[in-house]
Amino acid sequence: MNPTYDFSGQVALVTGASSGMGLATAEAFAASGAAVVLADINEKALQAAAEKLTSAGRKVLSVVCDVSNEAQVANMIERAVAHFGRLDMAFNNAGIQVPPSDAADETAENFDLVNGVNLRGVWACMKHELQQMRTQGSGAIVNCSSLGGLVGLPSRAAYHASKHGVIGLTRSAAMEYAPRGIRINAICPGKINTPMVSDMLAMQADAMKEIMRDQPIGRLGESGEIAAAVLWLCSPGASFVLGIALPVDGGFTAH
Amino acid sequence: MKLFEGKAVLVTGAGGGIGLATASAFGQAGASVTLADNNAALLETAADGLRSAGHQVSAVECDVTDRGQVEAMVEQVVKTYGRLDAAFNNAGVNCDGAPMAETDDDEFDNIIDVNLRGVWNCMKAELRQMTAQGSGAIVNCSSIGGMRGSKGRAAYSASKFGVIGLTRASALDYAGQDIRINAVCPGIIGNTPMAMRVTKNNNPDIIKAFVAAEPIGRLGEPEEIAAAVLWLCSPAASFVVGHAMAIDGGILA
Repeated sequence: MNPTYDFSGQVALVTGASSGMGLATAEAFAASGAAVVLADINEKALQAAAEKLTSAGRKVLSVVCDVSNEAQVANMIERAVAHFGRLDMAFNNAGIQVPPSDAADETAENFDLVNGVNLRGVWACMKHELQQMRTQGSGAIVNCSSLGGLVGLPSRAAYHASKHGVIGLTRSAAMEYAPRGIRINAICPGKINTPMVSDMLAMQADAMKEIMRDQPIGRLGESGEIAAAVLWLCSPGASFVLGIALPVDGGFTAH
Repeated sequence: MKLFEGKAVLVTGAGGGIGLATASAFGQAGASVTLADNNAALLETAADGLRSAGHQVSAVECDVTDRGQVEAMVEQVVKTYGRLDAAFNNAGVNCDGAPMAETDDDEFDNIIDVNLRGVWNCMKAELRQMTAQGSGAIVNCSSIGGMRGSKGRAAYSASKFGVIGLTRASALDYAGQDIRINAVCPGIIGNTPMAMRVTKNNNPDIIKAFVAAEPIGRLGEPEEIAAAVLWLCSPAASFVVGHAMAIDGGILA
């Protein structure tokens, strides 16, 4: 049996919410009573996700947003607050992967692309969420880093740089907002059974071998296991937890 | 149904502070809790308190540095409840604080014995039962001192770094057998016997300095560590393995 939370009366924002970990987390927030703002760059997938939650009787607002564009992020937060009146929790989860590349061959386009979404996107989301949360004097933010934020892996320098950066943002901002009632943490998902992993498999035939290598628990994680960690970090039980990067990785980074 | 209904849980160092708060939280969550401590008087008071709050509680006196006592402790849990689902290896000692070269060898030995070998002893006995069951969750108590140095606490820090080493390596050994092993790293927690020692009985100047060191601007409460331990032992943390979780108000950030 899983812990249960009562987030009724609270508002949660999830970016990258149309699939995978984002969708699972949005569903978990909603099931715990929160009103949920779903954001995604993919309008069609977003609509399907929002309909899924709405038909389950959840309070939902969906906003199309490219997190690498700060103006769109600002607009997303404005709409969230205009619609629900506040913002209590945010899971900055939108992220992308680029094809593996030798560091000496990585294109500037791919480096900018992955950092634009994964790092600049989290920066922009946090910035505008914090503007609302500091007015309220409360809030909890969870940023999505990765096992790639904690260790290096060959051929993944650009992605890992972006995810290491997320932890730097998290730790610094956490210290800044700790005395103001706002907790900021990161999670570091390991190898999770999500569309991003499916895409890696499509790009790279032998990816599963790489994926299952050094996986102490012997299986992929499930999106629900990430959602469970995000909800706990946003809950009052985690009131003294801030500025951490929580690996949810089946032991991968315990090596 | 409560989160830990039907589960048998063991907490060492349960006579006060973080251990007692965690035992109490497990009790509230429906677990059958075995409290262990080397201080018989504290242990009895703690167990009575939880019993009168309506929790299912056993108590066993145990010095975790003594392998025989540790084995007897785990045997008693298994004899009473038939199993051991979760363990919080929390018993620990701190020191008065002195530069490394001025710390007595005896003090080093005692700190390592309780904080590191104690966890080693407990894990060994617990894992024997958990591998037989094919499931379990262990949380070891490290410290922020297990992740960074602090002046005057070389022996303490060595012991707590060691706990993280034990945790990470043994987590790998058992991850494939549905046994999850993690650690918690409490920051500066008030209202505990250890806090009383470290603050020299709540000396206001020491407390002021500790609060100033906490980005969150206050000391932690034992219940905030308990909440993390319960979460790590719950199915919600099913993919969290070999992690040393800081619960420290942001000190390590």
